[in-house]
Amino acid sequence: MIAKAFTILLFYLLGEGLSSITGNFIPGSVLGMLLLFGALALKIVKPGSVDTVAKALIANMVIFFLPPAVGMMTSLDLIARNIFGIILASTLSTMIVIAVVGLIQQKIGVRTFIKRKGGDK
Amino acid sequence: MSAFLESHLLWLTLTLGVYCGASWIFSKLHLGILHPLLVSMSVLIALLKLTGVSYQTYAESTEMISFLLGPTVVSLGYVLYEQIDHIRKNVTSILVSTFIGSIVGVVSVIVILRLTGADQSVIASMAPKSVTTPIAMQLSEKEGGIASLTSIAVVVCGIFGAIAAPYVFKVFKISSPVAKGLAFGASSHGVGTAAAIKMGAIEGAISGLAIGIMGVMTAVAIPLVTAVMHYLHL
Repeated sequence: MIAKAFTILLFYLLGEGLSSITGNFIPGSVLGMLLLFGALALKIVKPGSVDTVAKALIANMVIFFLPPAVGMMTSLDLIARNIFGIILASTLSTMIVIAVVGLIQQKIGVRTFIKRKGGDK
Repeated sequence: MSAFLESHLLWLTLTLGVYCGASWIFSKLHLGILHPLLVSMSVLIALLKLTGVSYQTYAESTEMISFLLGPTVVSLGYVLYEQIDHIRKNVTSILVSTFIGSIVGVVSVIVILRLTGADQSVIASMAPKSVTTPIAMQLSEKEGGIASLTSIAVVVCGIFGAIAAPYVFKVFKISSPVAKGLAFGASSHGVGTAAAIKMGAIEGAISGLAIGIMGVMTAVAIPLVTAVMHYLHL
C-alpha cells in the first residue's frame, strides 16, 4: 500500500520536474500520467505496483474537486455580473464539445476499424 | 470559539461529512441536479458564510483533499494502460476528434461570452472549462483569468456534461463505447469519467484518456485561437 502510493507520487514528482524544466507548458500531473502510462506499456513498471491505490484514488475522485468548487464564494460578485453569459457558455459549449467529439470519433473511428478488417495498411 | 471555528480538523471533518451526506441523498433520489458535488459545495459555502470563516482558511484546512487531485491524474495513466488495446486501435481518431473538440470548445466559449458582453477576465476563466481542474486553473491564470471562477466553471460544466451527455448521444445517435467515453472525458473531465465508468469499462478508460489529451490539446488550442482571432482583427 505504501509502496504503491510511493510509486504514484514518484511519477507525480517526475512529471512536476519535467514540467518545470519545460516552462510549465503542460502541468506536472498530466506529464506524470503520460510517464506512468509509458512505463507500464514498456513494462518498466508492473501494474501490481500501483493498482489498488490508483483504483482507490480514481473511485473517489469527485470529492477532490470539492475544495476548489467552494472557492466560488470568493468571486460571487463577478459571477453575478456575468451569470447569463457563464450559464450560456457552460451549457451550450459543453453540448457542442460532446456532440463534436462523439460524432467525429464515431465516424472516423469506425472507418479505421473497417479498413483494418479489409487488410488495408 | 474562533480558534475552534478556524481549525483544520473542523473543516476537514465537515467536508467529508457533508460529502457523505450529499452522496447518500444522491443515491436515494438519483436526481442529476442533486449531484453530490453541487449539494456539498452549496452546504459548505453556507456554513462558511454563517460562521464568517474565510475561504483562505477553508482551502488550507482541506489542502489534504485537493492535493489528491494530482496523484489521481497520475493514476489515470494506470486506467489508460488497462485499456491499452482499445486505445491502440483508435489512436488517430482519438487525437483528431479531441483536437477539433478543443478548438470548437474554446471558440464557442469566446463567441458566446463576447455576444453577451462578458468581461475579458471571465472569457479567460471560461476558455479552459472542459479541462480537468489542475490543468484548467493553470491555463486560466496564464491568460489572465480568475482561477476560482475557472474551478467552478469546470465543476459546473463537468456536472452538466455528465447529465447532458446521454441525451446528446441519443439526439446525435452516438452509440460507440469509444466515442461515448471520449465525449464524456473531453467535455466533463473527472466528473464525466465517474459517470462514464458506470456505463462500462471501455467508456471509463477512454474517458480517463480524454481528460489528459483534452488538457494537452486545450493548452495548444487557447493560444492558437487567440492568435488567429487577433490576426483576423476579431
